[in-house]
Amino acid sequence: MPTVKGDGMRGLAVFISDIRNCKSKEAEIKRINKELANIRSKFKGDKTLDGYQKKKYVCKLLFIFLLGHDIDFGHMEAVNLLSSNRYTEKQIGYLFISVLIGANNDLMKLVIQAIRNDLAGRNPIHITLALQCVANIGSREMAEGLSVDIPKLLVSGDTIDSVKQSAALTLLRLLRSSPDSIPMGEWMSRIIHLLNDQHMGVVTAAASLIENLVKKNPEEYKGCVSLAVSRLSRIVTSSYTDLQDYTYYFVPAPWLSVKLLRLLQNYPPPEDPAVKTRLSECLETILNKAQEPPKSKKVQHSNAKNAVLFEAINLIIHMDSDPNLLVRACNQLGQFLQHRETNLRYLALESMCLLATSEFSHEAVKKHQETVITALKTERDVSVRQRAVDLLYAMCDRTNAEEIVGEMLEYLESADYSIREEMVLKVAILAEKYAVDYTWYVDVILNLIRIAGDYVSEEVWYRVIQIVINRDDVQGYAAKTVFEALQAPACHENMVKVGGYILGEFGNLIAGDPRSGSAVQFQLLHSKYHLCSPATRGLLLSAYIKFINLFPEIKHIIQDVLRSDNNMRNADVELQQRSIEYLQLSSITTADVLATVLEEMPPFPERESSILAKLKKKKPSSVPEGSEQKETTASKIPAVQMSNNVDIAPPTSINLMSQGESSTDDFVDQGSPQGGSASVDLLGLGSPTQPTAPSVGSGGLLDMFDTLTSHSSAPATNGIDLGGLSGGAEEAFRKFICKNNGVLFENDLLQIGVKSEYREDLGRLWVFYGNKTTFQLNAFLVDVSTPGNLSETGLSIQQKPVGGEVEAGAQVKQQFNMACVQEFAEAPVMTIQFLYSGAQQKISLKLPVVLNKYITPAEMDANTFFTRWKALNSPSQECQQIIKATSPIDHEQVKAKLIGFSVSVLEKVDPNAENFVSAGILYTRNQQVGILLRLEPNKQAQMYRLTVRASRDKVAKILCDLMQTQL
Amino acid sequence: MHFGHDEKQKLIEEVHAVVTVRDAKHTNFVKFRNFKIVYRRYAGLYFCICVDVSDNNLAYLEAIHNSIEVLNDYFHNVCELDLIFNFHKVYSVVDEMFLAGEIRETRQTKVLKQLLMLSSLE
Repeated sequence: MPTVKGDGMRGLAVFISDIRNCKSKEAEIKRINKELANIRSKFKGDKTLDGYQKKKYVCKLLFIFLLGHDIDFGHMEAVNLLSSNRYTEKQIGYLFISVLIGANNDLMKLVIQAIRNDLAGRNPIHITLALQCVANIGSREMAEGLSVDIPKLLVSGDTIDSVKQSAALTLLRLLRSSPDSIPMGEWMSRIIHLLNDQHMGVVTAAASLIENLVKKNPEEYKGCVSLAVSRLSRIVTSSYTDLQDYTYYFVPAPWLSVKLLRLLQNYPPPEDPAVKTRLSECLETILNKAQEPPKSKKVQHSNAKNAVLFEAINLIIHMDSDPNLLVRACNQLGQFLQHRETNLRYLALESMCLLATSEFSHEAVKKHQETVITALKTERDVSVRQRAVDLLYAMCDRTNAEEIVGEMLEYLESADYSIREEMVLKVAILAEKYAVDYTWYVDVILNLIRIAGDYVSEEVWYRVIQIVINRDDVQGYAAKTVFEALQAPACHENMVKVGGYILGEFGNLIAGDPRSGSAVQFQLLHSKYHLCSPATRGLLLSAYIKFINLFPEIKHIIQDVLRSDNNMRNADVELQQRSIEYLQLSSITTADVLATVLEEMPPFPERESSILAKLKKKKPSSVPEGSEQKETTASKIPAVQMSNNVDIAPPTSINLMSQGESSTDDFVDQGSPQGGSASVDLLGLGSPTQPTAPSVGSGGLLDMFDTLTSHSSAPATNGIDLGGLSGGAEEAFRKFICKNNGVLFENDLLQIGVKSEYREDLGRLWVFYGNKTTFQLNAFLVDVSTPGNLSETGLSIQQKPVGGEVEAGAQVKQQFNMACVQEFAEAPVMTIQFLYSGAQQKISLKLPVVLNKYITPAEMDANTFFTRWKALNSPSQECQQIIKATSPIDHEQVKAKLIGFSVSVLEKVDPNAENFVSAGILYTRNQQVGILLRLEPNKQAQMYRLTVRASRDKVAKILCDLMQTQL
Repeated sequence: MHFGHDEKQKLIEEVHAVVTVRDAKHTNFVKFRNFKIVYRRYAGLYFCICVDVSDNNLAYLEAIHNSIEVLNDYFHNVCELDLIFNFHKVYSVVDEMFLAGEIRETRQTKVLKQLLMLSSLE
């Protein structure tokens, strides 16, 4: 048994000895139970125990507790010990309470009372014990009960130094646990002057408290900057003999130096030139000392010295203002990268990560690239390798991206499992961000999938598809590369997904080569089919239906596959449904419809890389914000595009049974076996407009264009100069008559998308302004005017404000609320003005708000229809037009148009099945207007006769004019 | 932070699992939950401090050593048994040097003087 210090508690030592001698767990428990019974009987006995005995038993209970056993008595005896005047008894009492009594114990009131008594007493030893107890428990109740006593101790003139130290940290603890319980007072203004205290211990403790206060309210305490600098200066520049015993292995006050350097990191570089100079001198001195030969070979010496050095470097990085210091810091860290101490290599990598984000030292950091790569390959500690990965990521820019990505890919083959996923994300981000040549990007991602397929998260392969779809210069290459990658005998399922998707979209680009002809592509994909999960199979089925459109020559092969029991009767409902629906789609629709439905995916809207978002979420600290910002403009993909649904997440090539709002213009009734009609929502079939190019060979369209413009410009009184509309505006506008979402306008600078919804006489419309440039658009102004007197009567529009700037690559949204007061013929005109590179730009567009949006479809039988039809017989209630068809008359397409026009399509009403009859109710604020419509196609003549009747004058004419543009 | 009894036991086990598997060539720092542990091994004993991720690693590494030197002086060549039989005194040493999770006093002679004065009161 070792000697027990001081008076010792012989009984305690014997008990601990006994426990240690127990040969088994059972014996130990037995011994403990015996002791517990003994202590319980002593505490319950009538004989009053003296302080020593109480202390001894409480101490034994504490020991038993520390061995991991529950203690359910003795608390009261411990509280009793607090009122003892003997140090050792008081100490054991406080210790038991600190370790064992939770903050919510019933005895806490008694404890706080005892603490208050000790604090009020004059014995510094008792005060210290009480403070330590508060600092260890730090409950709210304590903060409330002692909120006056403790600050008072801290600033009182007659408190001795060691009590001040404890008071400072105890107060810190209470400020942390219940900041609102401590009343701010006079003590606060005096607190920073503790940095000047002649006792270094007081300064050490106070520095922590002050940093906490500063974090909450830097302005109030900014006087501490000059005090901290001068204190630091006195430590750093003194010879170590001056500092009492605060020198540790020849390093003057290392811990206090670290605390002061950290405190200064809460402020920008000092404004006062004298203070600033003094601080620079300190930092230079610290850097100089690092170059001096060590005063001792002991690791304690170098650790203490380097603790200060690293903190000084942190401050240099934080201030980020002195290139000389930053470069010196970088050189110093560069030396550490090859140090024999693992700790130093690790810390140097960590600090360099921060340096890489400073523009002053980024280049200096890059000089160490080779060393960092070596570290990645040779370090034994995975956490060091992890830091090397972080640093390579941080130091990467356009000049070294190819090499760094190459090295990371190579390392990935043997990398620790724990860091693979993160590495994959980082490689994917770097490849995207710094790709000059997108074929390189495609290669990198496919390599990622090949090397570490299991770690390639969905975000990564979604992203490569988004990029391939948005960049037509890389599509052929991507198709060729995935085709080759898929030929590997065993390829990762993620490769199959990417391959399926890309070939489904762009397989035609490589089909010219007989080695990758349509049938070869299909066989290749299908050879993987049976090895894949249902989700991947679903994706492949979508690729197959796309193949049917791309390669009609293999339609029958694919239909056979879809028809096979394995698909048509698959246990997986999704696969079954896709097989059936795709088969139907491919069998009953015409080539035109198929081509429309299965059109190439429209480009994705630009937004933050989903991978980057994931990395940030995974490891907030690992994405140096600074370096991100530096390169954001470069990372934008030029082709900013918007698809139908702006929030659309990852691309699912075909969204059958579309969720949410379906864009009705893409409506195709498939007569699917489920009985319901499935709409094929192809993510905005109204795919990106070619803004200005008029459709080829569409004399009819141009005619209509004339008709429409003549209609709209006829009343010169409305004061709108339609000639002022921007190019393509009219044509784009017409596309919105039968649909609610899509791209309204696009040029080199701006893309404008629209999304809208209507209910009865109310509508909401969002306009998305996407800045396609790499510059901010300034003084961005949007003005909407309604022609003539329409604002009072026809349509009321309320416009939400839109910000004055649109950042490079960003998209801003503006909402409009519109109410239909009564019928209106003219759409509002929107004028967008902004400054681009100092030049004023102006775009005028028609806002796609048209009367038919306020129609709600109505169902009725033949009898009702014809009765009402006949009732609306006055000439002003009817409008009839003969229209030449602009494309081959297709029953389903026309039906889809009518539904997009917001009227019903009534079956079995017209005796001629080729004809359409429709009904709807136009909701205006003033009244509801009944609408009936009849459309008679003549396929031989390629003509339509359109008749609209409405229960209110003028309405029929307006609707007829709108509808005729759509046929 | 407050931990219940069970949580404390769990923490001890987790820290043990994280720290004891590390090789001597590894760093003295290891990520733990949202914090990091700075630790130092003396023979069969590990001394660990859990600190914020942004805290200064080397300063805490030496703070451990500084307190070990104090224990060594106080117990005249400290060994594991000293720490067990005098566990209540170890708390006093720790409270002198660290409080509220912060470094309170670093000067060894001052800490030892205070500890000896307290011992004399027994």
